[in-house]
Amino acid sequence: MRKVTFLAAAAATLLAACSQQGPGESTPAAASTAGGAAASGTPVIGLALSTQNNPFFVELKDGAQKAAKDAGVQLVVVDAQDDPARQISSVEDLIQKRVSVILLNPTDSSALAGAVQSAQRANIPVITLDRGVDGAEVASHIASDNIAGGKMAADFLAKQLNGKGNIIELQGVAGTSAARERGKGFDDEIATTGMKVVAQQPANFDRAQGLSVSENLLQGNNDVQAIFAQNDEMALGAVQALAGKNKKILVVGFDGTPDGKTAVQSGAMAATVAQQPEEIGKLGVETAKKLIDKQPVEKSIAVPLKLLTKE
Amino acid sequence: MTLQLNWSQAKTLFQRLGSVIGLLLLFIVLSVLSPDFLTTGNLLTVLRQVSINALIAFGMTFVILSGGIDLSVGAILAFTGAVTAGLMAAGHGMVLSVGAGLALGLVLGMVNGALVSWGKVAPFIATLGTLTLLRGLTLSYTQGSPIPVTNPGFAMLGGGYIANLIPLPVLWMAIAFILCGFLLRGTVFGRHVVAIGGNQEAARLSGVRLSPMKLAIYGLSGLLSAFAGVVLTSRLYSAQATAGAGYELDAIAAVVLGGTSLAGGRGWLFGTLIGALLIGFLNNGLNLLGVSSFYQQVVKGIVILIAVLLDRRQ
Repeated sequence: MRKVTFLAAAAATLLAACSQQGPGESTPAAASTAGGAAASGTPVIGLALSTQNNPFFVELKDGAQKAAKDAGVQLVVVDAQDDPARQISSVEDLIQKRVSVILLNPTDSSALAGAVQSAQRANIPVITLDRGVDGAEVASHIASDNIAGGKMAADFLAKQLNGKGNIIELQGVAGTSAARERGKGFDDEIATTGMKVVAQQPANFDRAQGLSVSENLLQGNNDVQAIFAQNDEMALGAVQALAGKNKKILVVGFDGTPDGKTAVQSGAMAATVAQQPEEIGKLGVETAKKLIDKQPVEKSIAVPLKLLTKE
Repeated sequence: MTLQLNWSQAKTLFQRLGSVIGLLLLFIVLSVLSPDFLTTGNLLTVLRQVSINALIAFGMTFVILSGGIDLSVGAILAFTGAVTAGLMAAGHGMVLSVGAGLALGLVLGMVNGALVSWGKVAPFIATLGTLTLLRGLTLSYTQGSPIPVTNPGFAMLGGGYIANLIPLPVLWMAIAFILCGFLLRGTVFGRHVVAIGGNQEAARLSGVRLSPMKLAIYGLSGLLSAFAGVVLTSRLYSAQATAGAGYELDAIAAVVLGGTSLAGGRGWLFGTLIGALLIGFLNNGLNLLGVSSFYQQVVKGIVILIAVLLDRRQ
């Protein structure tokens, strides 16, 4: 019997404790959610993130939270830990919560169409952030112009290397539109120069995998002048792989995360194509607010990019 | 012997009631805290979310009852899901593709069983090995990219509803529960599983043939993981190279939360269902309450630890 009381009491306490943890965590949503979001009349926007294990999406979330505060709406954030099945579940949870709009940052472009359709069946419009969803219409898609960004990185390397050299490319999670578009912008532009991508492999936008994949590729390719990583996390992994090697290899990342910017300033990375994740999150909430106010929104909103190099 | 059995049965009963009452309390707390929790739509949604983990956990219950562990379930799910999707992408029919995926899962599970019985490898290590091997095979088979599925009939397996209300995965979960429950309670096979977990040497001396039993036990786990893989692939409209990462831990958590002893020989399938529901409702409730996903993991970890600690006290 002891077990019964223990488990019950523990579960109850934990739950109570956690629902109050919200305000302290500066999550405006959580504070009032416990009191019944639907009843209070304040519109609620759901934000389904792919992962918070990447500073980029944390910045995106911060931007969205600030914008939500300014716009006077509640924001409920759920996180899929990069698992598409978990993301479907959390989108369903948002539908059950009857949020007004869902901001979806998909884990994967191919797996979320069903979840988007379920939301639409429940009359909840979906706005995709950073990555698109194949096979489903959304109210609006907000992302950086990734193809242009890939081209920027290629142009930068062409200038640095005088138009010739061998390049290793670290790719993002296969199937995501970000990985596809950055790769396309980069590869197409490289093809117009004398440079060559001698090896490309996915390291899934992850720093640890960026390290191991770089190590392996460097092992197999001696004559390499540059590494292009489709995000900063992988680029930083590549920087670690290069540490201790007496070779001048330029590393170019993508995203412009705080860590990435620091590495560019210290010279560990040559450049990063900076995105403005806070801006994506902010625009997401503002666009959602327009939908709630029944105003027209653009189908596709491109957030500008900027090449950051050492000053 | 009989007296002892009755006493331990009485103790087990208390323990069993623990997980059920834990679930009921969670239910009450969530209903009070969130107005969106106790709706038919939400409850059915959670049941569907739970079904993948429950299917895997049913197989895991047999493995753990026999004193083993199967870490390869998530990797089997990913590989068989990819092969099923790959066959359909190559133009084969749905029945053949799903059949091949399930057969592959059964065989892969039996390989685990063979390693454990004839290879005399500790289950933890054997299935860790097949986990790694299958992850690698999945990545090379898919080249790291998702394999999209367009077959509309196949999409029904995970995304369809009965009478526009009950999600099909919930039906699969119910059928699997009934079949596995019968297998465990109503057949010689089930009694032998428990006997092996209780005391392997005694079971062998009393005539239980260990090797074929282990082949069957791990084969069943592989088969159910493959089925979960088929349902998941259908729900995602695509087979994901990295699908099912960490699912072995969710399945083990469901089994342990349900009161099945990790030492083997003691446990029940209904508890596993309750354990899977506990995890599912916890995830859903914390999402509805807007709790940060970081704290969600903390809460889940603490609930599991409490359950295991209390299990040890008894």
